[in-house]
Amino acid sequence: MAIVEATGIHKHFGALHVLKGVDLVVQEKELVFVIGPSGSGKSTLLRCLNRLEEPSGGAIIVDGVDMLSPRTDINKARQRIGMVFQSFNLYPHMTALGNVTLALRKVLGLPKAEAEKRGQAALDRVHLADRAGHFPGQLSGGQQQRVAIARAIALEPRVMLFDEPTSALDPELVGGVLEAMRELRQDGMTMVVVSHEMAFARAAADRVVFMADGAIVEQGTPDEVFGNPQHERTKAFIGQIGRH
Amino acid sequence: MTNWERFVDSFFNARVAAEYFPKIVEGFWLTIVLAACIIVTGLAAGLGLAVIRAFGLRVVNLLIIFVVDLFRALPPLVIIALLYFGLPAAGLSMDGFVCAWIALAAVLMAFSEEIFWAGITAVPKGQWEAARSTGLGFLQTLGYVVLPQALRMTIPPLTNRTIAITKGTALASVVAVPDILGAANAGVSFSFNPTPLTMGAAAYLVLFLPVVIFGRWVETRFAWKR
Repeated sequence: MAIVEATGIHKHFGALHVLKGVDLVVQEKELVFVIGPSGSGKSTLLRCLNRLEEPSGGAIIVDGVDMLSPRTDINKARQRIGMVFQSFNLYPHMTALGNVTLALRKVLGLPKAEAEKRGQAALDRVHLADRAGHFPGQLSGGQQQRVAIARAIALEPRVMLFDEPTSALDPELVGGVLEAMRELRQDGMTMVVVSHEMAFARAAADRVVFMADGAIVEQGTPDEVFGNPQHERTKAFIGQIGRH
Repeated sequence: MTNWERFVDSFFNARVAAEYFPKIVEGFWLTIVLAACIIVTGLAAGLGLAVIRAFGLRVVNLLIIFVVDLFRALPPLVIIALLYFGLPAAGLSMDGFVCAWIALAAVLMAFSEEIFWAGITAVPKGQWEAARSTGLGFLQTLGYVVLPQALRMTIPPLTNRTIAITKGTALASVVAVPDILGAANAGVSFSFNPTPLTMGAAAYLVLFLPVVIFGRWVETRFAWKR
């Protein structure tokens, strides 16, 4: 069953045409990795899926809900789509638990005790149960990003979007975040990941999508895309990444 | 009488001081009430305008910017005089207290709106996106995520501006309000001795020096730490 069905997505920023009719279908429990050079539109595509970015054209169905219909309650629809950002974006004035429970209380309307129980469970899933009372400023970048993951999964979304979740992290902190993602994956979460973590993509992704210039150039299993890329653009990109 | 004795008799005359002390105290309380009215309404209106501005409605925002710039440009005394001396010509007369309240609250509204707005825009866009991505609505995001951070950043400049405008309560004496300065001026007129003005100055110090010190403390306490 398809959780995400995006068809013919276009996005213009003024004169700039950043997405040129992108189709992306993500099946339930699938982990799709989106790679490509910077400026290829991969983050914009991800942000269109929960309408943080308004597509200029196309159709997006997430878990059966037409995301672009004016009749869709976008706040309700977004509860099913968790998102993790490159810069964490934790609320600095709230504790880790406060970050995780805000939407549980104000969006789902759970009573405080119930929200905190679920919040604690979410923090436990990213192995930060003992940091519940810490403010973001008191946590390392890796811990902050895991709190951000907990904030998203606490709402029990149908799909998780990761926008370069490890790009802002020191190398030694990347592992913990990838581990949390790997565990999510094992629990059967559907995930779309924009990232440059090629080793993680090889190990965990079901499908790798290569984008360039606002379009999907090719896609396939990690072995196909990394081992035997068909297009020149893909070969050049994989070659560059491989040299690092 | 030596010059020194004449100076002391003029500015520190014990008999005059004793006679007008009760009036100055009355003026002191009146100034506090006027200041409190200005601060509460001015800051509430300023925050309200900043929140409305956050909706990003073009026409509304142009109107807000126009009103804000108007009250930032006009000298407060001119607004007070317009209300007190001008409005009766249009058949609407208000007493001096209300005129001073409205005028200074409008000025505080204008300046505080700009400060609140600067605070709101200084909160990173990622905070909005993170909150909205969890399903929080626009107003929920503003109320629970953005404003708490914005207010923290605005407290130091807001405190300074509030002190500056609240000191303008002295202008109310021009429109017959018996605040500290009004009471002191009246005392000078009746006693032919400037001692009440000395007491008035002392009363302003008693009132505002703690506020200024509080402002200094607030500035260090709320300096943004990440």
